[in-house]
Amino acid sequence: MTEPVLSVRDLRVWYGTERGPVQAVDGVSFDLRPGETLGLVGESGCGKSTLGRGVLGLLPRAAKLAGEVNYHGRNLVTATPREVQRLRGPDLGLIFQEPLTRLNPLLRISQHFEETLRTHEPGLSKREIQHRSIEVLRAMGIPPTRYRAYPHEFSGGMRQRIMIAMALVLRPSFVVADEPTTALDVLVEAQIIGILADLRRNFDTSLLFITHNLGIVAEACDRVAVMYAGRIVEQGPVADVFARPQHPYTKELLRSTISLSTTGLHYIPGAPPDLVEPPSGCRFHPRCPSAMRVCPERFPEPVAVGPQTVECWLHGPSDLVPAGGSEPLAREEITVADEA
Amino acid sequence: MPTKPESSVSVEDAARAPLMEIRDLNVHYELRGSALARLVGGEGETVKAVDGVNLVLERGEVLGLVGESGSGKTTLGRALLGLVRPTSGHIGYGSHDLASLAQRQLRPLRRQLQMVFQDPHAALNPSMEVSTAVAHPLRIHGLVNSKAEGRSRAAEALERVGLSPAEQFLDKLPAELSGGQKQRAVIARAIICGPELLVADEPISMLDMSVRAKILELMLDLRADLDLTYVYITHDLATAKFFCDRVAIMYLGRIVEIGPTEEIFADPKHPYTQALLRAVPDLDPDRRVPRDLPRGEIPDAAAPPHGCSFHPRCPYAFEPCGWEARDLRAMFERRWLALGEDAYAKEGPLVGEIDEVDPNQELVRLRAGRHASELVSLLSEARADDPDEPLWRGVEGIEQDGGTVVVRFREGVDPALGSVNDIDVACHLHNPDLRPT
Ligand SMILES: Nc1ncnc2c1ncn2[C@@H]1O[C@H](COP(=O)(O)OP(=O)(O)OP(=O)(O)O)[C@@H](O)[C@H]1O
Ligand SMILES: Nc1ncnc2c1ncn2[C@@H]1O[C@H](COP(=O)(O)OP(=O)(O)OP(=O)(O)O)[C@@H](O)[C@H]1O
Ligand code: SF4
Ligand code: SF4
Ligand SMILES: [Mg+2]
Ligand SMILES: [Mg+2]
Repeated sequence: MTEPVLSVRDLRVWYGTERGPVQAVDGVSFDLRPGETLGLVGESGCGKSTLGRGVLGLLPRAAKLAGEVNYHGRNLVTATPREVQRLRGPDLGLIFQEPLTRLNPLLRISQHFEETLRTHEPGLSKREIQHRSIEVLRAMGIPPTRYRAYPHEFSGGMRQRIMIAMALVLRPSFVVADEPTTALDVLVEAQIIGILADLRRNFDTSLLFITHNLGIVAEACDRVAVMYAGRIVEQGPVADVFARPQHPYTKELLRSTISLSTTGLHYIPGAPPDLVEPPSGCRFHPRCPSAMRVCPERFPEPVAVGPQTVECWLHGPSDLVPAGGSEPLAREEITVADEA
Repeated sequence: MPTKPESSVSVEDAARAPLMEIRDLNVHYELRGSALARLVGGEGETVKAVDGVNLVLERGEVLGLVGESGSGKTTLGRALLGLVRPTSGHIGYGSHDLASLAQRQLRPLRRQLQMVFQDPHAALNPSMEVSTAVAHPLRIHGLVNSKAEGRSRAAEALERVGLSPAEQFLDKLPAELSGGQKQRAVIARAIICGPELLVADEPISMLDMSVRAKILELMLDLRADLDLTYVYITHDLATAKFFCDRVAIMYLGRIVEIGPTEEIFADPKHPYTQALLRAVPDLDPDRRVPRDLPRGEIPDAAAPPHGCSFHPRCPYAFEPCGWEARDLRAMFERRWLALGEDAYAKEGPLVGEIDEVDPNQELVRLRAGRHASELVSLLSEARADDPDEPLWRGVEGIEQDGGTVVVRFREGVDPALGSVNDIDVACHLHNPDLRPT
């Protein structure tokens, strides 16, 4: 198998707050291979954006980072801010949710591209800059006639595509896209998903795709990582995870998704935990329909189940489960009021 | 597991009079053009946020208003509650016409007509306790005599929406509630006066997937218990399919298709509805969203396309769909998108600025000077390169007139809603007089 572009090991991120540290990312490991798209899903507040920004070294000052982000033999966590800064753009890209705030309203699209390319590839001639920019814009469906237009002359969907083009014009090997279609309409969203799916073919770019929408993951991703309370609780190829989810949380998340074939409503009891004081052991145990006695006692180990990696005691390893540990966990009823 | 309820509009219900009858409703917003500018003859732009809508709302039904951003869903929903003043038209409610009632006369009726908003965080005053917020409508309408009475009515409403025991929530501030809890409190406030109609504007789109089902279930329960009628506004087709008895698909201020949910999802008639349904990403990784979705995006609402407003994106558009100058420009842009920079450098100057001509014209004059005949051959080359481009169906003739090239289009016709079985659809493809043979 090819070497991963990016290899993350036991990454941790804390935010300092008045109430104490928020454990937003709490020991996450994954690999990303060239041209691969990894979908990152999970409920609001589980740490997806923090993970995406942490990997790129773009966290606010109040955040603390530990662990490894290995990129071309370097650990970005211990690299100097200047080193990381130099990689950002030509190697590591980021596509945000709200493009308008990232485009300068006073500059033409052409000027945005000139500035980006001049900063990172100073040797390029004006003609080369124009050619590369127009080509990548074309791939995103922006015609050459619009090259000299201003940001406000474009619709939201077009601006989002321009942002993608600006991230790609530097030919980065790794891009984080954080909910890039959330503000867009279905038809435009479908266009952008198509473009992102073509990325791996046309640019060989690896993508970490953060989204709430499991349908988009099924559409555009090769692999998926399911995050809960700062941990990746299950990861594997999308087709396998969606057809045979192994972690109770993945199962519940899939069942509660309302799709065109939904005929009945299902939901996960309870609410995601407070990350200042997360539940002991398996974080999902207060909401898990299969919780056992061992679950609140011990942190589950990552276990390989077919092509998936799962953190759940249901999958063992059984020699670590103490006697009586697999008895069902007696729990207090969760009231509707706690659920909402 | 709660399943989709049978349509609750029973035979008996159907015999009852409809809850509301909306006729020829228009809500237009004037942009820029100030009163002074109009006096001196300058014209402001107008956005037809709601453009000639006709609709009958049956008692007890859930009607979905579905469409992309800017299609006029919120404006229509607010108009039904008397919250925006229509430019013209009628909203028959009982013996009243909400479209022409004065604010003073509207106020007592608003008790019956309530709204639930998309963003529960914004809908609740951050410094107001839950009990006060939920009881607020009672006080506005003078339905309680004391603070204590308001509080006990608020407690009942909170229990009703699942915030139980209510004592735990009455004295909380919105910041102490989760997103789903806030939305429940907003719903409690909406039902506290015993309304007949609830307009729910994207009530779950800001909530997590795992919470959405809970709120939808609550809304279904309330509907059964309180005999409510819902207008459910959303751009999410999956929840509309689950939740609604009927859906109306909106595009640029108009209803382009309306009918029973089951029929519309099984066999959508309007090309726009068909496209929307095909674009929804499916949970099954083996099913792919097709790539041949309508091109482009929703046009500027202040300058809607001629004829059928969907025609610039419609793959089936034909002669009467409303061809105009802008479409010619868009055709060249697509051509240069496909052929690249060099073709643009060569052909761009020849074509010139098509923007300069007045839009909505069925006749385009392109000034090409001594290059006029080159431009005529470029147009036939473009046609030969992409003969299936719908635009060519609308081109009636291309002529050279000295240094000018004249492109003439077929006359555009505005599609009106017409019925096909149980569905009403506004598309020429379903009009026997116009449809291509
Ligand atoms: N700057 C910050 N200071 C303190 N806490 C923060 C900060 N940013 C995020 N958090 C907390 O960290 C946790 C993870 O937040 P994050 O934004 O990464 O979640 P997310 O999964 O991206 O959520 P969403 O789906 O809502 O975007 C949350 O509990 C959040 O409240
Ligand atoms: N107060 C206003 N003044 C001027 N234009 C307005 C106003 N309110 C809405 N519009 C315009 O009217 C059109 C319809 O807007 P509306 O908010 O009803 O759409 P919508 O379908 O609810 O969209 P969304 O899905 O984004 O909520 C849009 O073009 C909008 O810009
Ligand atoms: S470890 Fe226990 S509580 Fe956690 S998901 Fe598995 S069974 Fe449920
Ligand atoms: S009238 Fe029908 S065929 Fe013509 S453009 Fe509109 S939707 Fe397409
Ligand atoms: Mg986020
Ligand atoms: Mg709206």
